[in-house]
Amino acid sequence: MAINQQPEIRYLAPLAVDVKKKKYCRFKKSKIKYIDYKDADFLLRFINEQGKILPRRLTGTSLKYQRKVAQAVKRARHLALLPYVADLLK
Amino acid sequence: MNQYETVFIMTPVLSDDQMKEAVSKFRKFLTDKKAEVVHEANWGLRKFTYPVQKKSTGFYHLIEFKAPGEVISELEVAYKRDERILKFLTVRLDKYAIKYNEKKRTEKNKIRVDKTVSDK
Repeated sequence: MAINQQPEIRYLAPLAVDVKKKKYCRFKKSKIKYIDYKDADFLLRFINEQGKILPRRLTGTSLKYQRKVAQAVKRARHLALLPYVADLLK
Repeated sequence: MNQYETVFIMTPVLSDDQMKEAVSKFRKFLTDKKAEVVHEANWGLRKFTYPVQKKSTGFYHLIEFKAPGEVISELEVAYKRDERILKFLTVRLDKYAIKYNEKKRTEKNKIRVDKTVSDK
């Protein structure tokens, strides 16, 4: 009976409406100069559930600090503070 | 005279005084080489995030010191020789790292002072 009802549009792929959030480098903003490799729970924010280092396009950190983060994470992994491979880390 | 920070991990099998003896052995090694120990921290027994040489926990110990560059290679040879040490990591500290560590220490002392004051 709802004849004039418009056929419900179903998209094959969800609409990729990505809200354009201005990314900023949190280290430059909060003036952090040294990333400590011993501080494991701070480094947890830069690795994903599998223990991989998050890319810059997601975290928005600048190249200089991304290198420092990567080095700190690798040192923490060497000291067994962070896992090399993990599942459901968080 | 650069500033370095070395962290080494000892096997959990050690008794307490064996662990202290191992730590003092390396501290003496450094002071013999005219290195100036700035700060020391013992993290005690900690769990590893992955098994190291079939062990899941270990005693972590950190020593921050000032030394000429040649000392480091001898220190690492000493680490490799000592079978109680599972892993070690020696890092040279730049000026930001030194400032960071000092700030961390002053904060910790400040907290300790506040605590003792409040305990009275």
